[in-house]
Amino acid sequence: MSDVTDATTAKRGPTPDDGLRIADSKDSGPVLSADGTPLKKSLRRALRMEKLRALALIAPLLIFVMISFIIPIGEMLFRSVENQIVEDTIPDAVRELRQWDRDEDELPPEAVFEAMYHDLFTASEAKKHTRLGSRLNYEESGMSSLFRQSGRALDDLGDDYLDALEEIDPDWEEGTVWYEMMSGGEGAERDTELSSRVVGQISNLEETFLPDTDAFAPSQAISELLPRTAEAYTRFAVFEALVDERDITDRDPWENVYPALIADMKSADVSGYDGPHADMLRELKSNIDDFEAPNYKAAFAAIDEDWAAHETWATIKAHSVRYTNGYFLNAIDMKRTPDGAVSQPEDRQILVKLFQRTLKMSLIITGSCILLGYPVAWILANLPTGKANLLMILVLLPFWTSLLVRTSAWKVMLQQQGVINDTLVWLGLVGDDSRLIMMNNATGTIIAMTHILLPFMILPMYSVMQTINPSYLRAAKSLGATNWTAFWRVYFPQSIPGIGAGSILVFILAIGYYITPEIVGGTDGVFISNRIAYHISSSLNWGLAAALGSILLAVVLILYWAYDRIVGIDNVKLG
Amino acid sequence: MADTDNSDAFVAFERVQKSYDGESLVVKDLNLTMPKGEFLTMLGPSGSGKTTCLMMLAGFESATHGEIKIDGVSINNIPPHKRGIGMVFQNYALFPHMTIAENLSFPLEVRKIGKSDREKKIKRALDMVEMGDFGGRRPAQLSGGQQQRVALARALVFEPELVLMDEPLGALDKQLREKMQFEITDLAHNLGITTVYVTHDQTEALTMSDRVAVFDDGRIQQIDPPDVLYESPQNSFVAQFIGENNTMQGTVKQIQGKQCLVELDNGEEIDAAPVNVNKVGERTTISIRPERVEFNKERLHADAHTLKAEVLEFIYMGDIFRTRLRVAGKEDFIIKTRNAPDQRRLKPGEQIEIGWMPEDARALDA
Ligand SMILES: Nc1ncnc2c1ncn2[C@@H]1O[C@H](COP(=O)(O)OP(=O)(O)O)[C@@H](O)[C@H]1O
Ligand SMILES: [Mg+2]
Repeated sequence: MSDVTDATTAKRGPTPDDGLRIADSKDSGPVLSADGTPLKKSLRRALRMEKLRALALIAPLLIFVMISFIIPIGEMLFRSVENQIVEDTIPDAVRELRQWDRDEDELPPEAVFEAMYHDLFTASEAKKHTRLGSRLNYEESGMSSLFRQSGRALDDLGDDYLDALEEIDPDWEEGTVWYEMMSGGEGAERDTELSSRVVGQISNLEETFLPDTDAFAPSQAISELLPRTAEAYTRFAVFEALVDERDITDRDPWENVYPALIADMKSADVSGYDGPHADMLRELKSNIDDFEAPNYKAAFAAIDEDWAAHETWATIKAHSVRYTNGYFLNAIDMKRTPDGAVSQPEDRQILVKLFQRTLKMSLIITGSCILLGYPVAWILANLPTGKANLLMILVLLPFWTSLLVRTSAWKVMLQQQGVINDTLVWLGLVGDDSRLIMMNNATGTIIAMTHILLPFMILPMYSVMQTINPSYLRAAKSLGATNWTAFWRVYFPQSIPGIGAGSILVFILAIGYYITPEIVGGTDGVFISNRIAYHISSSLNWGLAAALGSILLAVVLILYWAYDRIVGIDNVKLG
Repeated sequence: MADTDNSDAFVAFERVQKSYDGESLVVKDLNLTMPKGEFLTMLGPSGSGKTTCLMMLAGFESATHGEIKIDGVSINNIPPHKRGIGMVFQNYALFPHMTIAENLSFPLEVRKIGKSDREKKIKRALDMVEMGDFGGRRPAQLSGGQQQRVALARALVFEPELVLMDEPLGALDKQLREKMQFEITDLAHNLGITTVYVTHDQTEALTMSDRVAVFDDGRIQQIDPPDVLYESPQNSFVAQFIGENNTMQGTVKQIQGKQCLVELDNGEEIDAAPVNVNKVGERTTISIRPERVEFNKERLHADAHTLKAEVLEFIYMGDIFRTRLRVAGKEDFIIKTRNAPDQRRLKPGEQIEIGWMPEDARALDA
């Protein structure tokens, strides 16, 4: 313990900034330096160079920390609320759904189904519809298969219309014809607004940036005449040209163009149109009554009856926000539903329990580390240097072997046919038929992790104890204290900073530990980190993993804050 | 050389030896007795075993051989906390996590003294060292001198009969040290406590103590009151260690009672008082204090032997003059003269003759 300085009273030596403060406090006109500039200014200039130089020195580390630490954490925090996938995948449907009042018992209006049809078609061409299915499946099981299956079935509606169209004019099947009709031929005025909107949608869908400069744009005339068809065709054209890099001038459009065409033609007045293939449109218009207007609602219902369920749409609407608290609700065993946050069903409530267990076991581990580490640190601090170094090597030895090896070694030790049980049985302390279960449960995790984290407790304790002058103990004894009193009232209070530092280290490490609980923890010895790892690598629910991670981070920060309030972080010595 | 008469001894070391490693003795055959109320200083160069002696007395080290007694009772097997000895450590050892009042309260609490008594005693002790207003502060908020006073108060608050101090003023600056020297002796005498004080600073030892024990090489070289120690060092170590001192090597030519004639190595002869020499022909070191050298012939005996000297350097030091001479082939002979109105100031290059009263030149061991 330092017996000279104390943060509250210690007078700091002069710092360069003192000059500035002194200059600031002068009020009797500016003091000038030798060359006539105000002293304050020239001092500031001189200091700026120093500061820049200092900054340049730490810049590499700063950049490294930014890239390797702050950005990933920020990214994690962001992922835990980010939910753009829904709107990016089915943008028009989300927009249309906003108009729908889900409190009424009715299904959404036809416009929603229509938008969903085209959005889903585009998404399934881009093979992104399953991704959305998985996302919604976190919230409502069955969504994944619904989307996967629907993506495949969407073609049917268009195919039927194409067959009918071909009967009127086989040219409807020709990609070239479509291209000419939609582009309006050379020199036609283009609807660039639609084009860039579609490019934006496709960019979001593909999560890349696509330039809209060379993108396909339909002629202004056809866009006004057949708005649905133009939009559906533009999606096809933009996607195939920019993403798949195909020549679209003679490619057959996607099948969703045909229902759009019929829907448009029902109301379009083609008599004044004189763009390419205007004759085909007129011929179609004269036969339009033979076609039934597309009934998207019925088509969806035919694919899967879930589409006719109010709940499906309510779920989609509830999760169509760009930023969601859904992952955080999930992380505390609740879920975001159309009716607000509600608890998960009993059998899915595991995470809060897991958090509690993680905290409780981390505390137990920290406690055992204190109990086991304190005497060792004390001996280390009081041995002559040579012996202390040897003992230190023994303490550090575990650091030099792989974590995996150490944990596996514990497996060998702890299992029912393992070394410890064999010894106990051999000693007759435990019957052969009642061997202790010390692994694949909380006991195993606590034993192995205490061992693994012990050095993190011993080292800061040791470094603090080393600074405690032995004369304090002598002084206490000379004043009449017994060995125990001297230790408890004089030595121990001075070693608390070491305990604090060690505890913070061990606790923070423990709370986020993963490998050891995974190997020896079984089911009731695993930590929240194991769940996070599961969501990152198996269920791929990164949003939930990120929310769990954020909560863990918040818990650590809160505990750190509480520790600072109670013990004072200035009292922590890490070396 | 150490006294062994322990009839009225309060503290007694009897043939005490100490070895840390089993190979060499750090304290060799220490015999020492102290009457009650004495202020005894252990003076000696670093590593001479002073702290070790103190620690054995306090109970933190055990004597390898011999006995330590307090009030006639052997304390070899009494643990430190039962010895009731107050102790002031070199680094003060004030408990940093306690306030000053709590520090002082500590020895009273472990003695189970009631709260009101405790407060009274703490106040008295703090007032005694003029630190009454600082009870609520922490040690780190005090200056070195203030910490020193608190350490003193803490060692005295439980009214021990014996107080040990191990270089307690070592960390203070000169002025503060002098002030504290005075205060400590004052306190010790007023309270009538027996004090063992360790220092390596001879001025401190001379000004503070009733008796000084000069340590070297694990032995007490001489134990005497300060004036005796200064004026009659018993061997050349003590003469060298205490005060400034001129030495000259030579051989004894005659011994006549309290006076002897020594032939210096360059052939000149000089009078001296035989202290550590017994027979003619023995090698000896003559020791003489700079202020006892005389160069004014009128003040010397007519038949006194004198030495030729050449002035090498004259240093004006305010209250005294310090003159360096070449004497008997050596160039580090110092004389000190008082700055009095009639005092002659010697000039470099001047040839003079110096001499002294025979009893001021002490013929010691070689
Ligand atoms: N705890 C110890 N272990 C081994 N040797 C020691 C110990 N303490 C002191 N010594 C040795 O004993 C000798 C005397 O030390 P000490 O009593 O501290 O001298 P002083 O206080 O006079 O400077 C020194 O040579 C020192 O190295
Ligand atoms: Mg010492």
